[in-house]
Amino acid sequence: MAGTALALRRRARSKVMMGLSIASAVLGLVILAIILGTLLYKGVAGLNGAVFTEMTPPPGSQGGLLNAIFGSVVMTAIGIVIGAPISILAGTYLAEYGRYRRLAHVVRFINDILLSAPSIVIGLFIYELLVTTMGHFSGIAGALALSILVIPIVVRTTEDMLRLVPDTLREAAASVGTQRWRMIVSIAYRAARTGITTGVLLAVARISGETAPLLFTALNNQFWSTDLNAPLASLPVIIFQFALSPYEDWQQLAWTGALLITLSVLTLSIFARMLTAKKAK
Amino acid sequence: MNAESPAEAARNTGQKEKISIRNLSFYYDQTKALKDINLPLYERAVTAFIGPSGCGKSTLLRILNRIYELYPKQRAEGEVLMDGENILTSKESADSLRSRVGMVFQKPTPFPMSIYENISFGIKLYERLGKAELDERVESALRRAALWEEVKDKLNTSGQGLSGGQQQRLCIARTVAVRPEVILFDEPCSALDPISTAKIEELIDELKSDYTIAIVTHNMQQAARCTNYAAFMFLGELIEFDTTEKLFTSPSQPKTQEYITGRFG
Repeated sequence: MAGTALALRRRARSKVMMGLSIASAVLGLVILAIILGTLLYKGVAGLNGAVFTEMTPPPGSQGGLLNAIFGSVVMTAIGIVIGAPISILAGTYLAEYGRYRRLAHVVRFINDILLSAPSIVIGLFIYELLVTTMGHFSGIAGALALSILVIPIVVRTTEDMLRLVPDTLREAAASVGTQRWRMIVSIAYRAARTGITTGVLLAVARISGETAPLLFTALNNQFWSTDLNAPLASLPVIIFQFALSPYEDWQQLAWTGALLITLSVLTLSIFARMLTAKKAK
Repeated sequence: MNAESPAEAARNTGQKEKISIRNLSFYYDQTKALKDINLPLYERAVTAFIGPSGCGKSTLLRILNRIYELYPKQRAEGEVLMDGENILTSKESADSLRSRVGMVFQKPTPFPMSIYENISFGIKLYERLGKAELDERVESALRRAALWEEVKDKLNTSGQGLSGGQQQRLCIARTVAVRPEVILFDEPCSALDPISTAKIEELIDELKSDYTIAIVTHNMQQAARCTNYAAFMFLGELIEFDTTEKLFTSPSQPKTQEYITGRFG
């Protein structure tokens, strides 16, 4: 009968472990649902046309988030435009040219450190490098800080995606006399296209919600400004400022801004997922 | 080793040595994978490389277009003379050599592009052609690979959507399109069904009228069916080279006899 006892004990242990796993999963999802629910509930209340057409108001008066939305979009865009090409080329080096080289190991290691570096450190780095030398905060400094955040993410995904391209395909390309650079551009990039795009989209999602690197670089601006050489507003920083304020209308705008960021990040993530899923078919 | 009869046979049919492999050794890092290989590949003939797994036949094939150079710590010593010039030390780039020495792999490897582009890609690497001329070259390559009738109405669909056998013929068409002088086949049928295999074998038989062909195969019947010469390799050494007929009917080496009768390998 020892066998049955053992089986019973195992089954009981299995049930306990499964219960714990399910409970943890549910706990995580419930917290996420509460966050999204609260955000939706409080954010939607302030969602109206003015949010997209008016500037951030002084306390006590009506206004919107237009300058912050503009600043966020511009800095994110510049951050990607600067960061993505550098990262894709670096990822290409790691996966294609430098695969067996020592330098590639070093670069990969440093990239991993950069990937887990706190974003506030990146902000301070640009602060020292640009803001103190220029003597003032600026949109371009913010964009540069964001581009540095883009790099480790896109380097990693680009390398991973290129490594998924089978060597047999590289050999096949070589076997008709293709030069290596042309093989990379016409064959490897094409095979890894969706994966690399997904990496860039995830980087957009990541930086569009970053506050810390912008606090020391772009700072903030309560007025409409398209000058990249001057302080520039952004949604995360506005949220940070308004949410901490004692004014109710500011707090309302902070909720709405948070909802906007969350929705755009969610949309991007879903889009990235769809790209990957299509590829998997 | 019986070196006279294949040379005689070649002389009788007026064939010359397209490639002469002389004292060729090959290393994967410290491991010696090929030992002092001496072997001719005759022009417009099919030479089979046979032998048990790990005997070095694929390694040998991969030296002939220097594709092993894509990987680190692999090196070849000795001579591979193609039309008298040693391809291992010549100034010609590996890319240019590979446009003259094409290769078809074990698994079909269509490029991630349309059927048409799969063929035109290689042509455009070394030639500038007008649209009409390019169309013509693509069609003739596909016809040559006995694929034209099956794909002529869907040239702009992905090459990866074809069946395995069709993909392999697409890869042959892609190789032929570049107009190489030599074509290397690395177990081209091992992933295919018998009907597709028969088609590929038929194709190889037709292609030999224009090209020098080397084929690695595990399939004795295949070697007997569609090759003129055969090289039996074992543990990195060339044991015997002869006409396929002679090697299969009256091999001079006992090891060859054992292998082709299925006693090992």
